[in-house]
Amino acid sequence: MTAKRSPRTADPAAGGVEPRHPARQPERQHTGMTPTQQEISAEIAARRAAYLGAGEVRHHPPRDYPPYRGSALRHPREPLVAVHDPEAAELSGPVFGATDVTELDADLTLGHTGEPIGERITVTGRVLDRDGRPVRGQLVEIWQANAAGRYAHQHDRHPAPLDPHFTGTGRCLTDDQGRYRFTTVRPGAYPWPNHTNAWRPAHIHFSLFGTAFTQRLVTQLYFPGDPLLGYDPILQSVTDDAARARLVAAYDHELSVPAWSLGYRWDIVLDGPAATWTEEDR
Amino acid sequence: MSELPTPAQTVGPFYGYALPFPGGPQIAPAGHPGTLTVHGRVYDGEGAPVPDALLEIWQPGPDGSRSGAPGSMRRDPATGGHAGRDGVVFTGFGRIATDADGNWAVRTLPPGDLPYLSVCVFARGLLHHLFTRIYLPGPETDGDPLLASLAPERRATLLAAEHGPRTLRFDIRLQGPGETVFLDFP
Repeated sequence: MTAKRSPRTADPAAGGVEPRHPARQPERQHTGMTPTQQEISAEIAARRAAYLGAGEVRHHPPRDYPPYRGSALRHPREPLVAVHDPEAAELSGPVFGATDVTELDADLTLGHTGEPIGERITVTGRVLDRDGRPVRGQLVEIWQANAAGRYAHQHDRHPAPLDPHFTGTGRCLTDDQGRYRFTTVRPGAYPWPNHTNAWRPAHIHFSLFGTAFTQRLVTQLYFPGDPLLGYDPILQSVTDDAARARLVAAYDHELSVPAWSLGYRWDIVLDGPAATWTEEDR
Repeated sequence: MSELPTPAQTVGPFYGYALPFPGGPQIAPAGHPGTLTVHGRVYDGEGAPVPDALLEIWQPGPDGSRSGAPGSMRRDPATGGHAGRDGVVFTGFGRIATDADGNWAVRTLPPGDLPYLSVCVFARGLLHHLFTRIYLPGPETDGDPLLASLAPERRATLLAAEHGPRTLRFDIRLQGPGETVFLDFP
């Protein structure tokens, strides 16, 4: 890293920056030119209009979503093959237990020799299935950038400071009501090379397991009122307005701890069928 | 169904310091003589290896049990680090990140009552994970109704190929020629 900081833009032609690692280089472009935000925003609007015109509710993002350039070569073109077998192994799934987490894992501000920089927050909510039943005793994993918008990952070359007191990974098991709870710092926004002046809104990555492998979910939590939400093709890939809103946590003043932290609530509903067995059968 | 689901989002490029864990690819108990190695590569639509895919494997135990067991990613409560698997318990779960060449490998025991391993694929650029199956050679695979419903060239993408003693090869093509069959569980 050079001593002199220059504003980093997503334009690889911008001077004064070191070569990027491939993980942050622009996706292979088939159009030749790096698109502008205006062009990406127009594509986002067109996709949303097409979705509304089709009149069919779709909760998950399409895997083929051109505004997110990285999806171009990484989605299947053939339709998925539906499996209706009641004996399918995917209707069961992995389990985790006390041995797979430590007590400190749910507090991302611990485990270092000092306090991380940033706005301390708690994030909590329930993990439910589509029938509203709590998902009990299951693993929730999170990872995130630090308060400056930098991941503790070698491929992240965003010239924002690393924080020696923050790694940004956590895990916990849901309790009997399906609740999880993490203490962390609010992550920063960061630039990425999808298009010129592309910025990811602040987000926390979540990984969740249900009672069946079919319910597996990896997703991202966003923060209410973030001005970047409308510009981001990854969030906007969820073209259904209501579904997209379900990715945004709610600020909950009741969860804020006086003179300590701000609270956010985010409930998660896992999709997909599960075997009809009950907890007692397991 | 009363609740609407939380949408999926891509795993992104930076899961590598959070999700993979020591022993993730080692589902088989340590030194088990029945260990089967399954390995392969993940490719994108231009045939380029995918260096930042994450694969998860789920399967019944060698006795056919589908209950799984804790202990895939045991932690060390003293240091907060990873303790690794205990080498005894069969958890049925594995997690493997592809390397810089797009390669991956898992060591496991064949499931007791089914001819396949279930696979969930995550990657940067993939907005919603994909499910597929690795079918192991044998009479059960030959009679599998899902495989029988597929055209031969599509069926072939789900069949692991012999690749040495107790070693099978299974490549995953996300798009294009030889595209892997991906599954939906409605």
